[in-house]
Amino acid sequence: MDKNYKTTGSVVGVISNLVTVKVDGPVSQNEICYVKLGDTDLMAEVIKIIGDIAYIQVFESTRGLKVGATVEFMQHMLEVTLGPGILSKNYDGLQNDLDKMDATFLKIGEYTNPLEDDKLWEFSPTATLGDKVTAGDWLGSVKENWIDHKIMVPFSFDKEYIVKEVVPAGKYTIKDTIAKLADADGHTINVTMTQKWAVKKPIKVYKDKPMPAKVLETGVRTIDTLNPITEGGTGFIPGPFGCGKTVLQHAIAKQAEADIIIITACGERANEVVEIFTEFPELIDPRTGRKLNDRTTIICNTSNMPVAAREASVYTGMTIAEYYRSMGLRVLLLADSTSRWAQALREMSNRLEELPGQDAFPVDLSAIISSFYARAGFVHLNNGKTGSVTFIGTVSPAGGNLKEPVTESTKKAARCFYALSQDRADGKRYPAVEPIESYSKYLDYEQVQNYLANKVSPDWVNEIMKTKNIILRGKEAKEQINILGDDGVPIEYHLRFWKSELIDFVILQQDAFDNIDANTPMERQKYMLELILSICDAKFNFDSFEEINPYFKRIINAMKQMNYSEFNSENFNKYLNDVNQTLQERRVE
Amino acid sequence: MTTQAFQRIYTKITKITKATCTLKATGVGYDEMAVIDGKRAQVVKIDGDDVTLQVFAGTEGIPTNAEVVFLGKPPVLKVGPELAGRFFNAYGTPIDDGPEVSGEEREIGGPSVNPVKRMQPSKLIPTGIAGIDLNNTIVTGQKIPFFADPDQPYNQIMATVALRAEADKIILGGMGLTHDDYLYYKNTFDNAGALNRIISFINTTENAPVERLLIPDMALTAAEYFAHDCNEKVLVLLTDMTLYADALCIVSNRMDQIPSKDSMPGSLYSDLAKIYEKAVQFHEGGSITIIAVTTLSGGDITHAIPDNTGYITEGQLFLRKDTDISKVIVDPFRSLSRLKQLVIGKQTREDHPQVMNTAVRLFADAANAKTKLENGFDLSDYDERTIAFAHDYSEKLLAIDVNIDITTMLNTAWELFSKYFSKAEVGIKQSLVEKYWHNN
Repeated sequence: MDKNYKTTGSVVGVISNLVTVKVDGPVSQNEICYVKLGDTDLMAEVIKIIGDIAYIQVFESTRGLKVGATVEFMQHMLEVTLGPGILSKNYDGLQNDLDKMDATFLKIGEYTNPLEDDKLWEFSPTATLGDKVTAGDWLGSVKENWIDHKIMVPFSFDKEYIVKEVVPAGKYTIKDTIAKLADADGHTINVTMTQKWAVKKPIKVYKDKPMPAKVLETGVRTIDTLNPITEGGTGFIPGPFGCGKTVLQHAIAKQAEADIIIITACGERANEVVEIFTEFPELIDPRTGRKLNDRTTIICNTSNMPVAAREASVYTGMTIAEYYRSMGLRVLLLADSTSRWAQALREMSNRLEELPGQDAFPVDLSAIISSFYARAGFVHLNNGKTGSVTFIGTVSPAGGNLKEPVTESTKKAARCFYALSQDRADGKRYPAVEPIESYSKYLDYEQVQNYLANKVSPDWVNEIMKTKNIILRGKEAKEQINILGDDGVPIEYHLRFWKSELIDFVILQQDAFDNIDANTPMERQKYMLELILSICDAKFNFDSFEEINPYFKRIINAMKQMNYSEFNSENFNKYLNDVNQTLQERRVE
Repeated sequence: MTTQAFQRIYTKITKITKATCTLKATGVGYDEMAVIDGKRAQVVKIDGDDVTLQVFAGTEGIPTNAEVVFLGKPPVLKVGPELAGRFFNAYGTPIDDGPEVSGEEREIGGPSVNPVKRMQPSKLIPTGIAGIDLNNTIVTGQKIPFFADPDQPYNQIMATVALRAEADKIILGGMGLTHDDYLYYKNTFDNAGALNRIISFINTTENAPVERLLIPDMALTAAEYFAHDCNEKVLVLLTDMTLYADALCIVSNRMDQIPSKDSMPGSLYSDLAKIYEKAVQFHEGGSITIIAVTTLSGGDITHAIPDNTGYITEGQLFLRKDTDISKVIVDPFRSLSRLKQLVIGKQTREDHPQVMNTAVRLFADAANAKTKLENGFDLSDYDERTIAFAHDYSEKLLAIDVNIDITTMLNTAWELFSKYFSKAEVGIKQSLVEKYWHNN
């Protein structure tokens, strides 16, 4: 069949954004096509084929579409364009550059270039003539903001090649040829700085994917101290609305120790994205002293944007993340919220009249979520360098019920679970991560335990377990007190409860809106936790349970003031003194 | 009926259900409006030359040989300054005996604003109600619903908020409004001398329920005209969104769609988001703020309608009756304004965030103490004080009939802290305590 011949078709039916098309040639599953509606072309994807009828989901409103409209099939799946210029961009789910659109309202069928074709980049070559290279190998690099953006052998090159030519250092556009490669048959292929990749195909140009070992610091105490996530790890944050999912994700995006942050706003509120647009260009990354925006790309398909593009948006984000991972960078991908993506799948499955699974979600939901989470990970690249994609998704369980299909499917796929609790949110105990239900399976990894022992302290993992135990005993004591009454239980129970409250108020609770408290480096987390554990280990002398509450409140208050002060500053030490003095009043040696 | 040249007339109807009619027709566009037997309808499905129409007023009495006229365009509203002060039905036709509005015809339910063209909402809307201004501050460009049981006075509160909000235009989208409530709004706005700033799109319980589906889009198309074209500050009131969702449910049911949670359509989230996300702050100064009502059944917010709404809107104002003071309060636990962080402590006094959180925490302590009491246990001295605090806090701040400015609210809160608690128990940043503590 002639490769240049494009299959065309004509519309035979329309139900919302599901359109049926009678085609005149071969079409493939997930192929991209354009539907003509007047002067505009609506982008769509093939999702089912029966005989010569293709079912396509249109990524735009189909208002006004008529039977007989022509459809042109593009012979490729949904792709993103990869190359320098992605950072600091605001894309929609299909990688259109939103800043390149002039109108206030999104225009149907307007597609913009994700990169700049005429911008000059300062290229410095690293490959030399005669090098044997395969897909993903580095040929050179350009400076993208302050990141070394590696120019790689395109991922679709599936053979071994010999470098025949590399251009000298200098300024080039992404369309210029920067290298010529020859395959075994002697064919020469030109390489530019840009390439396309189908978003649903994982980029696998690495040597292997070992167990993750390094902890990714987020500055959020309830995560770093109690349930750390690793570089290349996966985690998810389920929670009813109003429990602070987005605030927590934004805090992680601002503070995490990653080179690149990709934020996918998937079917969520536009104003939340606007908040990132407004704040990130102003905020400074505390670790590098650079603008946060320099290392961030935002993919936004807010809830009022076309539903079908929502599904695309998470894949677009993941593909860009994998691209930067191949450059040996630590990438953090955040998606808010994966439930909206699942709902988009549900809407389409419903229109296709598929037999529904639980809560009308498609039956393969669990498989789809698992294979998506599996794309994250820490990798050894072919050149011995390492890179990682850490993925944290939020889940918005219907009715706050964690037994619903999206939460359950995600639980099977993700290794860290940060459950947000309505009770904690009601009591304004933010971040509302429930300390007992939440877990990080990475704490069981020997590699991670060794890493923490070296990095934080030899006894750190035991201290974490001890902390968790105190919290659990505090909760049990509280239940007993509620059942038996304040004076119906031994004083020891009150003490247990207040020790857990101390951990809650000083470690777990954190003010995301206070400049100092919002971000706690590991050194400081270690200091505070060990201080608290020493208090929990101490014996106290109380005559009645009524003395415990005000006494611990004083300690909590002074330690909260410590949290609000610069580490080791005069103020910090002053409040530390207060704590020590208070302790002396009742501590029994 | 007079017809125009471009309109096509069909008379062969092949299938009639309670809400839809199917006929053979060609050249019909998706979403296009039609008139069938004098009733308005919209194209909801095209399958070859079978076109399915959703008949808004129901299909009662439609014969198989009824006349169907396709109008060649989706539902539209004529927009212009003349809209001000007028009352319309769900189709945008005047119901106040006034003349037809002239102006540019706009498709309703148009495309959304490019997120990068939005501005971060930043202007506080004072309402004088402490349950809102102190704990759940609202800003322009926000979307926030009242969650209320049907017996609560949400329409009165919405009208109060609307009048105090000093908007350039107030657009009322009434869905399934009782005739009495409709008159209440009309009279309240009239008495306040505000009628010329009000535009109303009304579907009362006397009208067909499915017609309601057009109301929010009509109201928001008018809102976009005033906010975008005229740079005005527009407040949109939508009441009651639960009845809107019920209409969605009716339609999807009759289209044989598989229901998801609570027999609501699977697309409920997207359907509601399309409406609420029209709330926007433009760079040029215009804004659309949406205040809606979602009625609950027995306070259950896990039902699909309030649940999906909560995930879309920027918070919710939860009304409940406080038995301590026998008044309706804005519940501080279940209420939330997500955008308050943008203004509190910045456009209001520095102590606002901490005072707000501390008061709510102490109120939570009081709730725990009450549980203890109910379980028959003795209360500690601290418990007693939190209960006393909670009573005063409800009475002086949370009650819906409070009307004071924000600084007064903050001062009142400090007064209560100082009256009932020690500084350590309050646990606010030292520098603020030194500045605002009473009698120190």
